[in-house]
Amino acid sequence: MQALSPPQIRKIILEQSKRAHVGHIGCALSVVEIIAAIYATIRVEHPSAPDRDRFVLSKGHAALALYAVLHLRGIISHEQLETYHGNDSLLGVHPEHELVGIDFSSGSLGQGLSMGAGAALAAKLQSSRRRVFVVISDAECNEGSIWEAAMFAAHRKLGNLVAIIDLNGQQALGYTNEVCEILNMAERWRAFGWNVQEVDGHDITALGAALTRCEADQERPHIIVARTTFGKGVSYMEQQIKWHYLPLTDEDFTQAMREVIL
Amino acid sequence: MRRAFAETLAEITATDKRILLLTADLGFMALDPFSERHPENFFNVGVAEQNMVGVATGLAEAGFLPYVYSISNFAAMRPFEFIRNGPVAHELPVRVVSVGGGFEYGHNGISHYGLEDVGILRTQPGLTIICPCDAQQARAAVHKTWSLPQPLYIRLGKDDSLVVPGLDGRFELGRAETVHQGSDVLFIAMGTAALDTLNAARALQLLGIGATVLLVSSLNPGPDADVLEHLKRFGHAITVETHYTIGGLGSYVAELACERAPGSRVIRTGVQAHPGCRTGSQSWMHEKHGISPEALVNTALGLIHSK
Repeated sequence: MQALSPPQIRKIILEQSKRAHVGHIGCALSVVEIIAAIYATIRVEHPSAPDRDRFVLSKGHAALALYAVLHLRGIISHEQLETYHGNDSLLGVHPEHELVGIDFSSGSLGQGLSMGAGAALAAKLQSSRRRVFVVISDAECNEGSIWEAAMFAAHRKLGNLVAIIDLNGQQALGYTNEVCEILNMAERWRAFGWNVQEVDGHDITALGAALTRCEADQERPHIIVARTTFGKGVSYMEQQIKWHYLPLTDEDFTQAMREVIL
Repeated sequence: MRRAFAETLAEITATDKRILLLTADLGFMALDPFSERHPENFFNVGVAEQNMVGVATGLAEAGFLPYVYSISNFAAMRPFEFIRNGPVAHELPVRVVSVGGGFEYGHNGISHYGLEDVGILRTQPGLTIICPCDAQQARAAVHKTWSLPQPLYIRLGKDDSLVVPGLDGRFELGRAETVHQGSDVLFIAMGTAALDTLNAARALQLLGIGATVLLVSSLNPGPDADVLEHLKRFGHAITVETHYTIGGLGSYVAELACERAPGSRVIRTGVQAHPGCRTGSQSWMHEKHGISPEALVNTALGLIHSK
């Protein structure tokens, strides 16, 4: 399937954040190409087909990027998208499974990889060729449960599990190397027995190629270490900690829209 | 009850391969009846309870019926948020099975006492809690609940030889069972507190005092109608649980009494204070915390004399 256009996704992220006057913008902007690449690969004939590929956005606070992709894929309507952050909406700040297209709710960091590992084990037990994709963040690797899941998936040879790590180097209150440094991310995963690839997380072609290469090894779980820029596409947000939480002013919005649709 | 559980689950798995048993590296010998009969359905996931519940969530979403097994605290509390955000939030049929609640691991110290598991899990809407009173009832409970669509918490005792006379394996979700009849005092006991409570009732009988023992083996749904009927009849209840008095059976009965049986008195027995560092056998711990048969007799006598 054709990859979605990252500028289109970013435009929706900015529009909805502005309309709802809510933050978590920078972290949504950093995963745009990652989610677009997954949705160019993932096999979902119907969002509730039992044998569809599964997707877990374990870094649930980037849900708006996922909503934008689901909208552009025609899974959620424009009217539904416009309910983001509203009352009685299924489109909250973090994804909820009752929304068509969301396989697992998330929002509490460190839980999605275990759910994904269970989904991958289920596929193997059912002799299904379906795959499971999980997006985690680098700061999420502060959570010990991520490494529980890492050990389990390698031991169980879950080659149908593909994790992509959004390595943007930032977390809520600081840069990851200042908060709790995770040096040599790729080496760590390799040591846990995963098949590791390192790519530019904003190069959608490279991401797509990496996802395809994962199909060759059915014995090891896969992790794509995707180097990204927090706030990618909006100059004044890039690598700025404050844009984890800040909402957009009118001036911010105008400038950001001008930059992302260039 | 551990072996009874493993044997029963193995029998059912012979007819339905959706059942999986995951353990976080506990259940030495106790789980053999299952693992030897169904090795493809048995997974030791290592000492990682959070991951175990997360994995079970993913398995259940794909149609499996995963049972995850560990000692009380490690099964219920270490992964509590995974239970909350996984099977509870997704309404998936994960079964969290714990062993050794209360002071069954008396000599092992505070890390191994399960004193708040029911209280914590009872807060979760849609999570059915099952506390069998003996091995025979555990078998019946597993048989009657394995195919339910909602998540379950099953609190097993260790002792497979324990028998609560008169219970005869009766189990019905949301119902209480009576194992001793008397008109002076009402005991309501949960799970592994059943036998000590029954022994207290028998001792009271020798003193000429009639005690009814009502056993609660499930919550969410709890046996509201049975408990209310007894509360109204007796005007009081002494609750007995191998658990802190906050959050578990005592709280459940007190909530019912306040809201739907005003004027009735609830005396909660159970663990009231932090157990501290001095360890001992289960019966010694029960005596220390006022839930031995002798202590329950004294509580009943105190209630009668205060009337």
